[in-house]
Amino acid sequence: MVTSATGEHALSMIGAGGHHKETFITKYIFSTDHKMIGKQFLFTGMAWAVIGGLFSVLFRVQLAWPDETFPFLEQIFSNWFDEGHMTPEAYYALVTMHGTIMVFFVLTASLSGTFANFLIPLQIGARDMASPIMNALSYWLFVLSSLIMLASIFLPTGMASAGWTIYPPLSILPQASSGSGMGMTLWLVSMVFFIASQLLAGINYISTVLNLRTKGMLMTRMPLTVWALFFTAVVGLLSFPVLFSAAVLLVFDKGLGTSFYLSDIFIGGKALGYSGGNAILFQHLFWFLGHPEVYIVILPAMGIVSEILSISSRKPVFGYKAMILSLLGIVVLSFLVWAHHMFVTGMNPFLGSVFALFTLLIAVPSSVKVFNWLTTIWRGNIKMTVAAVFSLGFVSMFISGGLTGIWLGNATVDIQLHDTYFVIGHFHLVMGVAAFFGMFAGIYHWFPKMFGRFMNETLGYIHFFITFIGGYLIFWPMHYLGMSGVPRRYYDFNEFHAFNEYHDMNLLISVSAIVVFAAQFIFVINFFYSMKKGRKSTELNPWKANTLEWTTPIEPGHGNWLGELPTVYRWPYDYSKFEEGPDFIPQTVPLTEADIESDKRLLH
Amino acid sequence: MQILLIILAFVLVLVVILQVGKVVELVSVMRDEDERTEDTSNSVGFLFLLSGIILGVFIAYTTYTEYGKFLPVPASEHGVWIQDLVDITLYITGIVFIITNVLLFYFAYKYRYKRNRKALYYPYNNRIEILWTVIPTLVLTIIIGLGLNKWFKIFSAAPTEAIQIEVTGKQFAWVVRYGGKDNELGKRDFTLSTVENELGVRWKDKQSKDDFLSDEIVIPVNTPVHVNIGALDVIHSFYLPEFRVMMDAVPGIPTKFWFRPTITTEQMREIKKNPEFDYELACNQLCGTGHWNMKKTVKVVTEAEYKAWFAEQKSYYKQNIAKIQGEDASLDNDVIAEANPSKN
Ligand code: HEM
Ligand SMILES: [Cu+2]
Ligand SMILES: [Cu+2]
Repeated sequence: MVTSATGEHALSMIGAGGHHKETFITKYIFSTDHKMIGKQFLFTGMAWAVIGGLFSVLFRVQLAWPDETFPFLEQIFSNWFDEGHMTPEAYYALVTMHGTIMVFFVLTASLSGTFANFLIPLQIGARDMASPIMNALSYWLFVLSSLIMLASIFLPTGMASAGWTIYPPLSILPQASSGSGMGMTLWLVSMVFFIASQLLAGINYISTVLNLRTKGMLMTRMPLTVWALFFTAVVGLLSFPVLFSAAVLLVFDKGLGTSFYLSDIFIGGKALGYSGGNAILFQHLFWFLGHPEVYIVILPAMGIVSEILSISSRKPVFGYKAMILSLLGIVVLSFLVWAHHMFVTGMNPFLGSVFALFTLLIAVPSSVKVFNWLTTIWRGNIKMTVAAVFSLGFVSMFISGGLTGIWLGNATVDIQLHDTYFVIGHFHLVMGVAAFFGMFAGIYHWFPKMFGRFMNETLGYIHFFITFIGGYLIFWPMHYLGMSGVPRRYYDFNEFHAFNEYHDMNLLISVSAIVVFAAQFIFVINFFYSMKKGRKSTELNPWKANTLEWTTPIEPGHGNWLGELPTVYRWPYDYSKFEEGPDFIPQTVPLTEADIESDKRLLH
Repeated sequence: MQILLIILAFVLVLVVILQVGKVVELVSVMRDEDERTEDTSNSVGFLFLLSGIILGVFIAYTTYTEYGKFLPVPASEHGVWIQDLVDITLYITGIVFIITNVLLFYFAYKYRYKRNRKALYYPYNNRIEILWTVIPTLVLTIIIGLGLNKWFKIFSAAPTEAIQIEVTGKQFAWVVRYGGKDNELGKRDFTLSTVENELGVRWKDKQSKDDFLSDEIVIPVNTPVHVNIGALDVIHSFYLPEFRVMMDAVPGIPTKFWFRPTITTEQMREIKKNPEFDYELACNQLCGTGHWNMKKTVKVVTEAEYKAWFAEQKSYYKQNIAKIQGEDASLDNDVIAEANPSKN
């Protein structure tokens, strides 16, 4: 079997004392150690998050002060400004790239990439991924994809600017938008490598979880983080190929003159030769990925939050099985709701009604998760670590954003709200802020395992409170804007009677956005400072957690465990099980009479 | 220079925060860990609750002040239905929002860490899981039932007396065509599109003869209007916020939306207390750099005013007949021939 071969390979490396010569390059750059690859994803993601965040601050400046001039911004971003004003071309390019960067590069590649790589082997008791080489390859494809996307920022014709959803014909025709020239081409090429990276990673995560669990680590004893990351990989594997084919057809239309998506186009005084294509087909293919994609983003965060809430409230996760089943429910339903993004494309009303029905059903497993989180902290003994407050913040954001999904999922209400700021408010709370909170929680929590040091708590709390309150101040008012009819993707609202009355609200949003963006540097500084100079981790298990990663040395080498792999005897949530003794029982502790007694008692 | 100063100040603030963080850490490490955790949990728990209260007040206050003020009054029949649905959904989700968020902040505060307390070992309760699976399902089914009921009404076939209008989006304007006296729009054929006839209207089609183009959309109040929506170049979206009308305009794929306006422009000016106010058609699908400025005035007028306006409109065909005939002198004959095929 392949799996045991890998295991032995890793073992033999440990056997060699772990000190076969590692140069800087093999250790930090072309590493095949899953932990290093996880960190690489994290660093790359952080760089992208800063760029993506900066873009959003720039376009928020335009929305808050459309009439003012900004000569100093023009000095720095001379391509994007004209006489002190941001150009509409730049505005649309920036929103497009902001969405692309955040959704794909930060919250997909980096969130899953960091935690799936770092946690899966450590928490299931494996020495590495099933295929460490494939894993490294997945990271390097991501880098390649990143570099291509980055290059497009410097194009004279501008970056892609048809929105992160790249709807054709706009994204195909350079006559329609200058960003649809080279900028769009690079976007597509970048995305091809990105998808390849995701697929390699996904296959690896799935096979690792299925095959490399240590002795006793039944699927039903896996931490919810691993369950969530596993489901994420499944969703990605089933949906990304569809985006790939959508993109390939787009490339054909763009470069080879086919008409998959194009028909009857009259532009610039000329009738183009395309006929028989269907522009809506692209949207179906895109959202077939696009909707599962939002769950690819949120599932890892859900897993991380479940784990951290349980550890910090010193209480088992409530409804472990229900948590897994609701994850599964979300996975299945997430493939049946895609057209709720297309209620007003002129689709058959009956079809629309079916999608509306499934869409509201997907709110059920989501709400079950919320109730279970609430019950998890109920009568707990909550240690308010930074990771814990970020997890609590996650739950609040997820509630607020999830509930507005119910507005949008109701097709009739969506006639009013589609493509307004209401949608922006919805998905930034439920996905944007919430997923970032999951990511921050995970980083603060596993930082000691990653770098052998702690992050500074005071800075962490400051970071949290500014981001939490700021996040609501940015995205909550967007619901009012949306209900008032203010459309998304407008460069300037002053042209319309219906949209020009809300300047104060836009000002509030933009100022909060600038403050929140600035506050993220508290995190960045804390991160890098603590990496080098933070308080040293001196205990094996600083959070008194049950999962296997805390049985490895403080800074585990390649292969993770020095001796044999640990054996697992119980589920990971035995917190505060007995009156006497410590309030946690690691998974490696064999079951006792008392355990059996207690389980029996619970059944009745 | 200005920007340099800002950056400098920003870095300075960061450094100060970092120093404070370091000092706090140095002091706290000296203390007993459990005691420290209890103290931190105490103050952070309190701050978390406080932030919840602040947000709650912000949300309650803004909902109170903005909800009525911002929502434009629905100016169509189905707009009122949607408004009712929005209200119901607001109440239901609002209640859930308040309960769950209050519990979250309350639990986080109430159960913050105490050295001498033990958490409750309570891993599962299947009965309660079923309960809170079934109840949301039922509530959501009701919401969706109410919604779909109206959904099918909104997308039912337009009444036959509906005024036929065609609105075509292009970068970055709208072309509005009326069916004319016969209230039928002349057929279009993409292959006939030229700079003079960008819609590609088939002049041979008799029904196109009385069609007219208009700079504004003028419609009578309380009469159904059937909008035939299309696009020339990229996807646009026909969006009338006050009427709760939204439908994509897709090149090559005609779409439609019908609605019944109920408030005239004059009345809306009074409601809004803004004598300048006009309904406007906006584009709601990103279509390029001019997307944010695809405006067309929409006038809702009384039946009499509409009739008067309508009578003034001149057939597009007649107005441009010279041009069209220059291209193809036989056109008029063809129309006659097409109308009486038996004579051939
Ligand atoms: C509670 C269940 C949810 C429901 C019923 C729901 C429903 C919807 C609907 C109907 C839309 C389309 C709105 C429109 O364009 O008019 C939408 C948009 C969106 N939702 Fe959700 N949603 C839910 C949860 C989530 C979650 C958990 C995420 C992410 C983690 C998410 C992310 C998004 C995104 C990114 C968009 C907008 C994409 C775009 O147009 O750019 N939603 N949601
Ligand atoms: Cu969706
Ligand atoms: Cu547009």
